[in-house]
Amino acid sequence: MRDWRYRFDQHKATLSAALVFVVIFGIYAANHPAGFSANVVQTAANKGVLLALVAVGQTFVVLTAGIDLSLGAIFILADCLASWIVIGSPLMTGLGIVGVLLAGLACGAVNGALVIYGRLQPIVATIATGAIYFGLALALRPNPGGDINGDLADALTGQGPGGVPVSVVALVVIMLLVWVPFRRSVLGRAAYAAGSAEVSAYMSGAPVARAKFLAYCMAGLFAALGGLMLAFFTYSGEASSTNAATYTLNSIAAVVIGGVSLFGGSGSAVGAIFGALIFRTINDLLFVFDLDPLWQPLFLGLVLLLAVSLGSLRLLRVRNRLELFGP
Amino acid sequence: MEPIKAGLAASTEPLLRLRGITKRYGGVRALEEVDLAVRAGRIHAILGENGAGKSSLIKCIAGVVQPDAGTMSLDGAAVRFPSPAAANAAGVVCIFQELSLIPDLSVADNIMISNPPRRFGMIDGRAQRRMAEAALARAGAGNIHPLELVKNLPLSRRQLVEIAKALARNPRLLILDEATSALTAADVETVFRVLKALRAQGLALLYISHRMDEIAELADDCSVFRNGRHVATFPAGTKSDGEVIAMMIGREYSHVFPPKPAPVPTGPTPTLAVRDLSWGETLAGISFEVRAGEIVGLGGLDGQGQRELLLALFGVLRGVTGQVVIEGRPVSIGGPGDAKAPANGMALIPEDRKTEGLMLPMSVGENLCFASLERLSRGGVLDKAAERRAVGEMVKLLAVKTASPDTPVGALSGGNQQKVVVAKWLMNSPRIILLNDPTRGIDVGTKQEMYRLLRKLADEGAAILLYSTDYAELIGCCDRVLVLYGGAVRRELAGEALTESALVASALNVEAVAGEAGLTSAATP
Repeated sequence: MRDWRYRFDQHKATLSAALVFVVIFGIYAANHPAGFSANVVQTAANKGVLLALVAVGQTFVVLTAGIDLSLGAIFILADCLASWIVIGSPLMTGLGIVGVLLAGLACGAVNGALVIYGRLQPIVATIATGAIYFGLALALRPNPGGDINGDLADALTGQGPGGVPVSVVALVVIMLLVWVPFRRSVLGRAAYAAGSAEVSAYMSGAPVARAKFLAYCMAGLFAALGGLMLAFFTYSGEASSTNAATYTLNSIAAVVIGGVSLFGGSGSAVGAIFGALIFRTINDLLFVFDLDPLWQPLFLGLVLLLAVSLGSLRLLRVRNRLELFGP
Repeated sequence: MEPIKAGLAASTEPLLRLRGITKRYGGVRALEEVDLAVRAGRIHAILGENGAGKSSLIKCIAGVVQPDAGTMSLDGAAVRFPSPAAANAAGVVCIFQELSLIPDLSVADNIMISNPPRRFGMIDGRAQRRMAEAALARAGAGNIHPLELVKNLPLSRRQLVEIAKALARNPRLLILDEATSALTAADVETVFRVLKALRAQGLALLYISHRMDEIAELADDCSVFRNGRHVATFPAGTKSDGEVIAMMIGREYSHVFPPKPAPVPTGPTPTLAVRDLSWGETLAGISFEVRAGEIVGLGGLDGQGQRELLLALFGVLRGVTGQVVIEGRPVSIGGPGDAKAPANGMALIPEDRKTEGLMLPMSVGENLCFASLERLSRGGVLDKAAERRAVGEMVKLLAVKTASPDTPVGALSGGNQQKVVVAKWLMNSPRIILLNDPTRGIDVGTKQEMYRLLRKLADEGAAILLYSTDYAELIGCCDRVLVLYGGAVRRELAGEALTESALVASALNVEAVAGEAGLTSAATP
């Protein structure tokens, strides 16, 4: 009877992110010279989905109170790899896609193994592996180029019936296939528990180590999915260090805006998707309002600060100052 | 026919039997050759002082740690639990003192955390909710909503969720470690009803509590532990409180304490006076005074507000009410920086030297100087020569065994590290020294040096407030001891009255028993 209230409470962060997105996307579309058209939505969606996929990957890790700074590099590595192998007959293309995703999964598994079994700090471990993954990407594509299955690329970045962007449909399908089961699996719950109170989770007999390992694997997989989309989007591969760094940091920003706690244990990948879309839309808003591009980073920074501050309001209520120093 | 058979089985073969269980942590023996039998359908209370081995015992039984020696059998079959999960699977479930709930998950998620109902490999939310509701009802907490997040529940409700979580695992042996410590009186009654119902259902319950009245009401059997050894097991109600306390104490005095001076004459102004200090539900109106030259102990069971009292005095807690007067001046201390300022002259030797006392990778010298950088610098620039001199003096004064002042402090032995923590604060020449269990985990030799040092500092005019979990230390070191219970000063013991039996009795909040060992019954009319 009162169930809806509890459910609402638990999804408040995600719902607010969704609401904020709807509002600012409305403002954006209303002020766009072309208005609210299928093409405007399609372009926005394609850009948004790239960051959304990496942000979903980041969510898995952040939920366990970790962080993955190699996701941008995996994203770029997948892009470069795709520009070599996702081509040819449908069968070859399909095998290529599987190869790209397996590569992402492997990168994530290495991160997870280093952090969980090697006991390395997530930040340090993933900075190091990130450099390695980027190095591999450079080796694959010293210069921008390559090719990709054009039919598939056109299909995935185009519009479906009713003008719905196919990339969004793909994102929804991926989330239904991966996130929803994760959220309802024992390992998924253990991942949340590990981020919230790792010792308690362990003492409760939850599979903490396996859950954290899975989180890093999933992060690698989603970064690779993002990289694959990037390749479809650009019809080529490019080992861009700027993109690698930007996507890593923006994925963290998107996760925070989407209401996922950097301390772990609370939030949802759905929120992170809206966080990513909000982040992109703010960029675009500046464009339609014709603001000097020089102001863009400053404005984004302010938005980010605001979002993070909201998450820290609880610290005002701490009564034992020693608690300020722990998570 | 059937009940008699069950009764016979119960009297012949206990559900859980321990033989020769031994556990060591480093050089410290936590459990020594422990034998114990726990029967189904009984509530078995475990009694003992701080450090008697109760926690180690349940950790061994629940699979949190592995005993170094000895055997454990469940229903006659030998078992070994490599993890808490393995113990749970065998029907041994423990509710630990530190709550094991995940704050960000819902009540139902928490209750079913280790083995949620699944359909097609995924958690079945509806079934989970039904099972959680059943477990909550069994724990007498049917009014807790299963979808509520645990972090939104008050502490006493969380404890009930914890019990529901244990029951959801269908235990045969349920271990409760201080399970009622956070409960309100009404909730305690609920829990007692639940525990008695579980006993009637044939569960074995191992019940650890410091509250003698609870044990008297609940327990069928009692086992007393002391110094990691099992002293005795007897049916509840066959021994008086005094006899039980006598079994709990009697630790050998292995330390030598410096002689205590004659009682300090009550001078005009105490160095530290505290009036009606309160903080949330943890500190409830504490008043006391410490004079120059005095060592005042804080006693009582662990977790009765002693640590919080020291933190409150040092300005770490927010929202503290009451008055603190230093040398006749009412003060308001906003943080450690404020507390150590020359006007206040306080020092706090913290509880955990590794995280709160030292920066382990930094050198001995850097650590020593860290609390007194203001004194060792001019215009914000450190005076290297003064620093070296001060470090040299301190290393010599406390006989810190270090190859050089540049050695990382983490490379020193525990006792020497603790000396550095103390010395670091002595560099400020504090007039009020607060110590939070300063000899925990250090060797006997260093302990004795520490006792002599404390007495010397007191003789030189410092006012010392010492919290210790070691009763012998409180008796040997302190001029007076304040025994805390539930965040309030329950008793003050001094002189002849400062005995181990008096300390234990007031710590347990039972009336003091007459006679040195408490064996003779109280003669008060």
